[in-house]
Amino acid sequence: MNSTILNFIQNNKESIFNHWLEATKENADERVTKVVSDQVFIGTSREFIDLIISNIKSSNEEFTSKLSEFSEKIVRLGWPLSFVTKGLQTFGKIVFEAMQNAGVVTQENQMKVVYEFDGWMTPMVNEVVNMYSATWERTVSLQKIALQELSAPLIPVFEGITVMPLVGTIDTERAKQIMENLLNGVVKHRSEVVLIDITGVPVVDTMVAHHIIQAADAVRLVGAKCMLVGIRPEIAQTIVNLGIDLNQFTTKNTLKKGVEAALELTSRKIVKVEGEE
Amino acid sequence: MENQSCVKIINEWDIVAARQLGRNVAKELGFGTVDQARITTAISELARNIYLYAGQGQICIEKIYDGGKAGLRIVAADSGPGINDLRQVMEDGYSTSGGLGAGLPGVKRLMDEFLIDSNPGTGTDIKATKWLR
Repeated sequence: MNSTILNFIQNNKESIFNHWLEATKENADERVTKVVSDQVFIGTSREFIDLIISNIKSSNEEFTSKLSEFSEKIVRLGWPLSFVTKGLQTFGKIVFEAMQNAGVVTQENQMKVVYEFDGWMTPMVNEVVNMYSATWERTVSLQKIALQELSAPLIPVFEGITVMPLVGTIDTERAKQIMENLLNGVVKHRSEVVLIDITGVPVVDTMVAHHIIQAADAVRLVGAKCMLVGIRPEIAQTIVNLGIDLNQFTTKNTLKKGVEAALELTSRKIVKVEGEE
Repeated sequence: MENQSCVKIINEWDIVAARQLGRNVAKELGFGTVDQARITTAISELARNIYLYAGQGQICIEKIYDGGKAGLRIVAADSGPGINDLRQVMEDGYSTSGGLGAGLPGVKRLMDEFLIDSNPGTGTDIKATKWLR
């Protein structure tokens, strides 16, 4: 790093900072100014400029760890990436212009300074962007796992009766899991009747219906009976419009009726206890 | 156009995005829950066809006004392999992917108007309209 640039930034830290703060504030869109108070804004910006200066002073590893800390903080604050990269750009511009005004940059060394300056700024921007995307990727993969955990639970409710409540969109991945869990669960719990509850499925199109039909067929092959419950009136109409044949299913509109029917199938029923104590 | 919004279909989750958009527009226009379900199901079918057969394309949802009538139009466009025999795909039970084969004829029954235009090699355009009653 060129010592002239380094010295210049260190000597003019305050004026650059104030300049920069103003410029960034103008650039900040509503998304930022709405969620961030002035105090936090100035505090974080100061931290940022200290960080940039520490990049010049300290060793590489030290800087990387500091930068990752800072990026995490920004991500948590919910600052948009575009705002941060723009901030970096503005910072570079301001420093360069200030250097030009102060006469540090002259006609002769202009290109050299530009190259060096760029070589210093670019890795920093890259680091911030990498940090952001790494954090996002982590969040997404965590959410994926969380989603998978609740994707197809199988609940044994009575002896021989199990329920699989489905909530949310069914995609190919989930359809596979439904099939697997359903078959494993039927064998494990020795179920005679399995109720698939689709109250929480927003759209039943041909693909969803196809997967459910396949699952039911497979359940039949392992010796159990499949019942489809939780069919809302609007879903019933779209199923009819689509011309999907669910004749081989017993269907009920609520889980309650499904459970009653399942008990009946296994020769049981719910009775009210009379003459309590 | 202000009355039109589009969703690009590239992966499976875009189908959900298209559906969500359709549901919102249908709600805005004042469709009842049954018609909302019909519209979202139709979008789901069309978007899935794009995803399965063409790889990528786009779904546009338009608000249309004709005289005193308001309606919602789904425009599904892709530049995939196209359809060889239109009559065949509109038959119930015909499927090249092992599905139920109820997709396109189903969409036709779910909506009020249905227009399909496809040429092998250049892609498929489908316009399906539902009028507000």
